[in-house]
Amino acid sequence: MISLNEFVKNIETELDELEPGTLSAEINYRDLESWSSMYALIIIAYVDLEFDVTLTGDDLRQCSTVKDLYEIIKSRL
Amino acid sequence: MALFKIENISIKGMSACVPKQEESNWDYNALTEQEKKLLIKTTGVVTKRIANNSTTTSDLCYTAAKEIIKKTNCDINEIEILIFVSQSPDYFLPATSIILQNKLGLPKTTIAFDINLGCSGYVYGLSVIGSLLATTKLKKALLLTGDVSSFSVGKKDKSTYPLFGDAGSATLVEYNEQAAPMYFNIQSDGAGFESIIIPDGGIRNPITPDSFKEYEVTKGIVRSNRSLKLNGEDIFNFSLREVPTNIINLLEFAQFDIENTDYFIMHQANKLMNESIRKKLKFESEKVPYSISKYGNTSSASIPLTIISELNGKLKNHKSKLILSGFGVGLSWGSALITTENLICTDIIEYE
Repeated sequence: MISLNEFVKNIETELDELEPGTLSAEINYRDLESWSSMYALIIIAYVDLEFDVTLTGDDLRQCSTVKDLYEIIKSRL
Repeated sequence: MALFKIENISIKGMSACVPKQEESNWDYNALTEQEKKLLIKTTGVVTKRIANNSTTTSDLCYTAAKEIIKKTNCDINEIEILIFVSQSPDYFLPATSIILQNKLGLPKTTIAFDINLGCSGYVYGLSVIGSLLATTKLKKALLLTGDVSSFSVGKKDKSTYPLFGDAGSATLVEYNEQAAPMYFNIQSDGAGFESIIIPDGGIRNPITPDSFKEYEVTKGIVRSNRSLKLNGEDIFNFSLREVPTNIINLLEFAQFDIENTDYFIMHQANKLMNESIRKKLKFESEKVPYSISKYGNTSSASIPLTIISELNGKLKNHKSKLILSGFGVGLSWGSALITTENLICTDIIEYE
């Protein structure tokens, strides 16, 4: 699996409305001013296509940082 | 698995009807410009049609039905099955299909009943009407599908209001011993019944004045228990998990090579979600038409509406292999492999 840093970068690319550099592994992404529920869908689609792991609504509710997401995906590979 | 084959049935033609009034998500002022851009990019919905308060789904379906009967020069006395698939019936009872039988002038020998399904409704409806027609060997049958979803979504709920459009469709199906078989794979999972739900109004939660009380779920999401509630993340997960597998199983059952598909027509749910399904199944984008940008999510009318809007000229003088797939509220989903030959489509009719 790709590194955590790469994963953060890829998520940031997917959420292309975000200013580059806004996202980090530890930041609570829900606190971002521009956070949108659409981002959740974009993340599910990206993770599904890239890692063949289909995140659930519960997974996303349990996660608050990109690092949490990364760990969930890693545990399901 | 509910995998089955129906023989001696062909689709003669299709018609669709939408309300004239169009709304654009660029004008949806519950969202900031940035949010509008993101919503349109993600869901794919730019404009949609909204019925006025006096227009029902059956009005749209009736208009579509009249049009396809006219265009195919169909003798209405030969139509003896009418199925209305909708979640926005005219009345709690009687069934809307029966009212439509009389309004359309179909004979009293007609089998008429409703099916209460949404996103999966077209594929389900086709499987039921096809099975019934194949068993009874009656000559013709009308499948009417659609919804006026706008009755249950309020402007204060940004998680539903921008997504749904209103539409009705009519498909004329006939008994035809020369027809290629149709294949179906039909499924359900009631464990997810709360993922898309209008909680109040049935017998479980009868309507009370409280049903209309609005409450704020999060910023930008204000609704009542009489409104449609939609959990986008759960639906997304369900669709990516179930739909591709359902189609792979269908094609294996039909011993059909996916590459021989002419078009893959999905329920128009959400562009990002549908694109993810398309990529998982490795369909080229030319084979996967969308009408969602013009009409939004039109529930059980979305498959025929997409065929008419995007493929009309392409199916007219050809024999084509189509995969249809509907998925959503229920949870309920299904796919079909069908062959059309010289399919007759009307234009999309606008209802004043």
